[in-house]
Amino acid sequence: MLDANPAPLVQVEDLKMHFPIYTGLFRKHTGDVKAVDGVSFQIMAGQTLGLVGESGCGKSTVGRAMLRLYEPTAGRVVIDGEDVAKLSPEALRKKRPSMQMVFQDPQACLNPRMTLEEIVSEPLDEHTDWSRDKKLERVYELMDQVGLNRRFVNRFPHEFSGGQRQRIGIARALALKPQFIVCDEPIAALDVSIQAQVVNLLEDLQAKLGLTYLFISHDLSMVRHLAQRVAVMYLGRIAELSPSKDLYARPLHPYAEALLSAVNEPDPELAARRNRIILKGDVPSPANPPKGCNFCTRCPKVMDICRSVKPDLVEVEPGRQVACHLYGIQSATGSTGGTEAIERKQQGVNQ
Amino acid sequence: MTDASTTPPKPASQLRDIWQQFRTHKGALFGLITLSILVLAVLIGPYLWIPDDLTVAQEMKIKNQGPSLRFPLGTDQLGRDMLSRVLLAGRVSLAVGFVAMVIAIVFGTFIGIVAGYFRRMEGPLMRLTDMFLALPLIPLLLVMVMLFRDKVAAIIGPELGAFLLIVFAIGITSWMATARIVRGEVLTLKEREYVLAARSIGARPNRIILRHILPNVVSPVMVAATLGVADAIITESVLSFLGLGFPPDFPTWGRLLNDGLQYMQIYPERIIWPGLAISLTVLSVNYIGDGLRDALDPRIRGR
Repeated sequence: MLDANPAPLVQVEDLKMHFPIYTGLFRKHTGDVKAVDGVSFQIMAGQTLGLVGESGCGKSTVGRAMLRLYEPTAGRVVIDGEDVAKLSPEALRKKRPSMQMVFQDPQACLNPRMTLEEIVSEPLDEHTDWSRDKKLERVYELMDQVGLNRRFVNRFPHEFSGGQRQRIGIARALALKPQFIVCDEPIAALDVSIQAQVVNLLEDLQAKLGLTYLFISHDLSMVRHLAQRVAVMYLGRIAELSPSKDLYARPLHPYAEALLSAVNEPDPELAARRNRIILKGDVPSPANPPKGCNFCTRCPKVMDICRSVKPDLVEVEPGRQVACHLYGIQSATGSTGGTEAIERKQQGVNQ
Repeated sequence: MTDASTTPPKPASQLRDIWQQFRTHKGALFGLITLSILVLAVLIGPYLWIPDDLTVAQEMKIKNQGPSLRFPLGTDQLGRDMLSRVLLAGRVSLAVGFVAMVIAIVFGTFIGIVAGYFRRMEGPLMRLTDMFLALPLIPLLLVMVMLFRDKVAAIIGPELGAFLLIVFAIGITSWMATARIVRGEVLTLKEREYVLAARSIGARPNRIILRHILPNVVSPVMVAATLGVADAIITESVLSFLGLGFPPDFPTWGRLLNDGLQYMQIYPERIIWPGLAISLTVLSVNYIGDGLRDALDPRIRGR
């Protein structure tokens, strides 16, 4: 994909993050939890990629492995031309300012014994040799940017509300003027009324500072609002990667379809006609995923091939990538539930 | 603070806040006053209260007396003034208690943090801790003192030598509890998101430890420290009792306790005075630690 016209700022290729399992008396290495198992995507500069999926599917792990808070097992994470996954510790430290993270729990991500000023200026202490006054100036500037009153500078995290704390977290992430920010469920721990504020703040900042986001969330409607493109993850793999408009209008992967059918519809008439797909069974253990497609144990449209061959993420329509055998042979057109069912039968016969 | 938007406040030092909060803790304030009185009495007292220089014959006549104006705390079985002995003894006991506690806490915290933070060091360091815990302490102390007393005394003199040896011996054998507590605390702290955030900023491990881990293990360390003072004073008395601490004529609170033990039935005040001094020290240190712990925690400070 190197010939794409505007070069992507962030490019992830076949990222794998396996956590080893040790068992028995001698702590023998008996297996791996495949939290992330071959994930590839790219994000254009100034855009937002939404990453959605249910709990435990490896969304947060992708974000953390990308910033090398975990050591990825395999794969490349190219951010602005440098492969973060292979940088030496000192080079990585130099690279850190360009990639930052906003955390899920605004309570847990702030040290309770540090004041706002200390928290926000910590990145400056690490990467600049500015004087105290200059740092303070920057802290005030950041506080203005995220909409915190300058009076709060001496306060401790417990004296703030959840939304304000998340603003502090965002201010800290912005301190070093990053290009790329991983937002790891930044709104999951907030009230609905505050969620909108924080999301709007993130949008404003993106417009003003030209930031690139990876927005991890399980709130599908927020992702729809924020992201240009959305990746749907299931059990450590990407099921579908599509422009957000197309995905929400017509999900291709059966899992994406089921996931989106769970989004609440505000219009009661539409809601009554809505066809809610309820998946049966549980998510398989990432330590022992199914041999074929990861979704084959719960897929309503499962075929024989799904149980033996892992589908690759392939482009089935312009800009839309799906990892599903339904689209393996010919790209489907207008795949509503009905036609898909027929297709499935035909493909089943073909097998 | 209404015109704050034009002139935002400068970040203020937290020392005043900490003192403000400390003052609201009645027990801590009481402890601080008691401990100050004890320390002052022990440091200045022996210069103010100078007992009469008596001959052995005179002393024998006045042995085992009860409290009187001449001897406010009575005299002991050799006719020595108890007050001056308790004051003198306090110097050594308080010094041993605090110095040994500081050694134990610093060493224990260091081991605990290194073992908790650096996974590779955890095995060796915690096995070392287990080994020290498994050692029978009294025999170990006895061997240490036996082996090194004369050598250390030859270099820096018998009294300072004994002091250093005892303090070191007590410190080196009482850090294990602290190390274990700190390690456990560090293991939970280092998974907190603010430590992750610091790593994502690119902070080096030493900065993370100093800034995020150490301030947050203060509470358990403070508790361990206050208990450590009492332990050190008692352990010193055990050593002295076994004849391996300070020389017999050198008073410490623990030794006074042991001397009085044989006469406890007849002259109970003989063990009450040193016992009271030890209890007051331990109690006041405990309360100070309690108050300090609250004062250092901004979440409690606000209330």
